Amino acid sequence: MSKFNKKKSGDLPAISTASLPDIVFMLLFFFMVATVMRDQTLMVKNNLPTANQVEKLDKKDLVMYIYAGEPVEAYQNTYGTSARIQLNDKFADVSMIQDFIYQERASKREELVPFLTTALKVDGESKMGLISDIKQELRSANALKINYVTKTGDAIENNN
Amino acid sequence: MAKRSAPEVNAGSMADIAFLLLIFFLVTTTIETDSGISRKLPPELDVNQPPPPVIKERNLFTVLVNSNDELFVEDNVMDIKDLREAAVAFLDNGAQGCSYCQGAKAENSSTNPSKAVISLVNDRGTSYKRYIAVQNELVAAYNQLRDREAKSRYGESFVSMEQRYNDPRATDKEKDRLKPKIEEIRELYPEKLSEAEPKKN
Repeated sequence: MSKFNKKKSGDLPAISTASLPDIVFMLLFFFMVATVMRDQTLMVKNNLPTANQVEKLDKKDLVMYIYAGEPVEAYQNTYGTSARIQLNDKFADVSMIQDFIYQERASKREELVPFLTTALKVDGESKMGLISDIKQELRSANALKINYVTKTGDAIENNN
Repeated sequence: MAKRSAPEVNAGSMADIAFLLLIFFLVTTTIETDSGISRKLPPELDVNQPPPPVIKERNLFTVLVNSNDELFVEDNVMDIKDLREAAVAFLDNGAQGCSYCQGAKAENSSTNPSKAVISLVNDRGTSYKRYIAVQNELVAAYNQLRDREAKSRYGESFVSMEQRYNDPRATDKEKDRLKPKIEEIRELYPEKLSEAEPKKN
């Protein structure tokens, strides 16, 4: 029955590290796929207001972002200090919002279009006039689901 | 010439390279999700649409924020700290046909939560953060009432039910169970928050 008797070597075999790169690559691919890189440089000040009755914005691919606020210092020479809208890396005019919405819609699958939400990331110091204009444009574009993105915290204490 | 076997490439540094890349993506990954107050805008008015029904004065709770960020509720100055309470008192008044309301049943306040409308008017000069604070308080008032009803009926707050419902990990069975409950509570205190177009100066 010597068939079943394995040869016994005295010392322990070294643990093979050959599969280590595979493991690491696996992790790497996971993070590469899961990473959403910040694709927009903020050109406006964006100190969001605070609120505590918030809902989470899950499903990031179904969110369109509209930024608004005072241009940051680097752009103040060119664009002045009054609050502006930023769409996709560029300063935009209120009238460009509708086109932006239509473009975003066109880039999404058709069955997902009704679930699109517009997230407004607006600086707390902005005036409501600008936001009302944005809202009117969104109404005309029939993008009715909106979300005022805020920080979480006490609303009364922090918004004075 | 003697045939030499090709030298093996040393793969020992492969792990290092992969780690380097891994660390880069670890650092650049943003998992945080945005959160905020969700609202639904009214659809654009049709020219042919019949005019909206007239709302009785007692069923209307007017909240006005002027360009100096001052808050007026029913034409009286109010501190924002008291807004939530005032809104709750108005919504929960229940003078007619509201068995679950616990309000004062006052003559000059709303008849029924399903009829009570909060009208929010702001000025073009109102600051955004003040507007958000007011919105937040009004949403909080609705949530407070809904939580109360949900707790007394199902022993769970409305907000946590909604959270469980919207959780992407929720199973279909759980969702089916939660949906009628959420809808029932929503029906009891429907969110009727109307926003007028801001006044021009």
